[in-house]
Amino acid sequence: MSESSMTRPQAAVAHHTSLGVDNRKLGVWAFIGSETLFFATLITTYFVFAPVNRARPDFQDPRQFLDIELTTVLASILLASSLTMVLALSASKRGDRRWFTTWLLATVGLGLAFIGGQVYEFNHLYHEGLTLSSSLFGTTFFVLTGFHGTHVAIGVIWLLSVFFKVRAYPDSPENAMDVEIAGLYWHFVDLVWVAIFVLVYLI
Amino acid sequence: MAIAERTAGTVSPPSVSVRPGWAGWLSTTDHKRIGIMYLVSAFVFFLIGGIEALLMRIQLGVPDNTFLTPDVYNQMFTMHGTTMIFLGLMPLNVGLGNYMVPLMIGARDMAFPRLNALSIWLFIFGGLMLYVSFFVGGAPNVGWFAYAPLTQKQFAPTAGVDYWIIGIGLTGVASIAGALNFIVTILNMRAPGMTLNRMPLFVWMQLIVAFILIFAFPVLTVGTIQLLFDRHFGTRFFLPNLGGDAVLWQHLFWFFGHPEVYILILPTMGIISEVLPTFSRKPIFGYAFVAYSGVAIGFLGFLVWAHHMFAVGLGPLANAFFGAASFLIAVPTGVKIFNWLATMWQGSLHLTTSMLYAIGFISMFVIGGISGITLASPPINVQQTDSYYVVAHMHYVLFGGAIQGIFAGIFYWFPKMTGRMLNERLGKWQFWLMLVSFNLTFFPMHLSGNEGMPRRIYTYESEMGWNLWNLLSTIGSLLLAVAFLLFLWNVLTSIRRGSIAPADPWDGATLEWSVSSPPPVYNFAVTPRVRSRRPLWDEKYPHLHEVNGSHETPAARLRGLLYDGAEGEMPMAMEPIHLPSPTYAPLIVSVGIMILGFGIIYLGDFGVIAASAMLVGLLIMATGILSWVRISHVDSPYQAH
Repeated sequence: MSESSMTRPQAAVAHHTSLGVDNRKLGVWAFIGSETLFFATLITTYFVFAPVNRARPDFQDPRQFLDIELTTVLASILLASSLTMVLALSASKRGDRRWFTTWLLATVGLGLAFIGGQVYEFNHLYHEGLTLSSSLFGTTFFVLTGFHGTHVAIGVIWLLSVFFKVRAYPDSPENAMDVEIAGLYWHFVDLVWVAIFVLVYLI
Repeated sequence: MAIAERTAGTVSPPSVSVRPGWAGWLSTTDHKRIGIMYLVSAFVFFLIGGIEALLMRIQLGVPDNTFLTPDVYNQMFTMHGTTMIFLGLMPLNVGLGNYMVPLMIGARDMAFPRLNALSIWLFIFGGLMLYVSFFVGGAPNVGWFAYAPLTQKQFAPTAGVDYWIIGIGLTGVASIAGALNFIVTILNMRAPGMTLNRMPLFVWMQLIVAFILIFAFPVLTVGTIQLLFDRHFGTRFFLPNLGGDAVLWQHLFWFFGHPEVYILILPTMGIISEVLPTFSRKPIFGYAFVAYSGVAIGFLGFLVWAHHMFAVGLGPLANAFFGAASFLIAVPTGVKIFNWLATMWQGSLHLTTSMLYAIGFISMFVIGGISGITLASPPINVQQTDSYYVVAHMHYVLFGGAIQGIFAGIFYWFPKMTGRMLNERLGKWQFWLMLVSFNLTFFPMHLSGNEGMPRRIYTYESEMGWNLWNLLSTIGSLLLAVAFLLFLWNVLTSIRRGSIAPADPWDGATLEWSVSSPPPVYNFAVTPRVRSRRPLWDEKYPHLHEVNGSHETPAARLRGLLYDGAEGEMPMAMEPIHLPSPTYAPLIVSVGIMILGFGIIYLGDFGVIAASAMLVGLLIMATGILSWVRISHVDSPYQAH
């Protein structure tokens, strides 16, 4: 804490930016742009290999392995978590700490449920004979969905860290922005799942 | 300097003082120190890469040589390419950008100082990891492009490729984090009045490069992750015998690899767009064109990757498209060349070392550009691909271009960074020696290439007729080494005994010259107000502004005036200065990530030990992140009252 900044009036807080957007928010948007290319590449790889997989002797048919019912539930869970995330942010902006805690922990819970569901799915597929090395489908499917699952896990850790930070410093005016940028990332990860769900499971 | 004078006595030094000695460097969050760390570490890697090149040139100096074994030779060209691109050129540009961009836009630091520190540490550790491979079974020996399926375990059994993957991975994370930092800093932290169209061109180019980076690097990251899975976890992305696709790797690699070329060259185009006007005593000719053609190059750069793959046989349609797109890039680039020439035209040229290097950039880059345009034509390319002609082309662009541009920048900004002038006489000796020996090294490669000498061969027979060209190249490379030693000597002596640099030794036009050399830790005592593209010339030569006009379009001038008007109402009160505290958190997080990386490399072979190493890495990372969150909270501007 610098001595000179002790005199800083509340209004002149250094959050004036050239574009009028918060620095961290702009940073997370740019990061999401970068992540889009990351997942686009993984999804492209999946599609490049889908017809090759079909033509091979060790062909494994995605339709035989993938359980649409289970993943529909998982997709609903993740979409619901986006809703609770929005509600958590709105509660945080209102300064309603009780509902903020409720909705944020609900988001975390839904995220954990999704991860649990994916672990169950992977385990099930493994016992059915689908592995990283069993076919091109296994290779591309597990790497794509696995990295998405990793992103969800990182999102859960991020949300928890926001939760603990807000609990430790409940009066910090940065709290709403902390929640908002974690939410941006969370919605992005959800959106990626929508893409994966449609492109890999439904089509 | 009016602004510099205002500095004195008005600001109490920030209480978050710099820690003394090594601790100050290990815990720094100051963009200027981080910039210097980038420059020094990148230059060390650059010298190592140069030594690797020298070893190769010695091997090729005479036919049937046995100085290096074939395997060591393969390791050398792989490490030379990887080092020069990821650990030399890129971070040299990042270092100059880190130091100069906040100063040029009138900011006190980067937008995310701790993230900035994380970037430098991840870069250094990534580079070190790459070099660890020499001591654990051999460096990667598959070329910097690491074509599949040569990189698979049965063809590359040592851990070299794994260290390549993780080393590139760490520097990649560092680059993406750094690019995010540049984007937010440049878009959001400009001084009042500095509209986008008033930004120095070096800042423009760094902004474009940052955008290229965040979109190009993730594609390489996915490729290397898939390669890692292929090598250790049983997948088959790039294994053709199991249905995998070796050409897919090429697509992924060059989708990153070609934009990477612009990541290397655009910042140096920005440098010479600063240097040429300063030493021609004229504003840049066609500012807007130089800026927006950079955008065009950045965009087109994503549409030409397959011109690296003409020999694959993608079919006439694909070849025609990628050939035509590659020709197209020559348009904005070519006009830029004329912009620079027109900037010098009828200027009063001051041929300082920096200016010589800028002119050297233009002339050598034109040669490399012309051989590049011919290579963009598929039928010609098929003749010349994988020959020394390509080696010549690429070095004219990246050495004659990028390296000379970086030297222009170093001689230009060294006084600002250190407070000492580099020795100009030594500098000019270095320039001429380098220019001659560069051409002696690389021009004969056009000829040996056209006579059919393939790249990446460790030796050749005497009857091939390539003896003379190779001998000349080798002699040239040894002279190049002397030029670099001259530079090293110049830096080491000037930093202690060089003449003291004034705040504005070159009579510059941009904001970095308005503060002392080296700048105070807080950069600007008072946030500067900007009213044109050349704020400092405005202040020093107010009459010129009226005579020449502001060189802005009416609309841009109106926007600027509105901005000036609004800001003009604000009292010029002394603002409190808020600087980020020093912290070890980014260093700790980087150490954790590095240990995690070691774990990943050995996870397939030594499961339990590697997994526990990964766990340790994650714990260290978590500790670092906790202390990071704590310090960022303490540092938050809201905590000051």
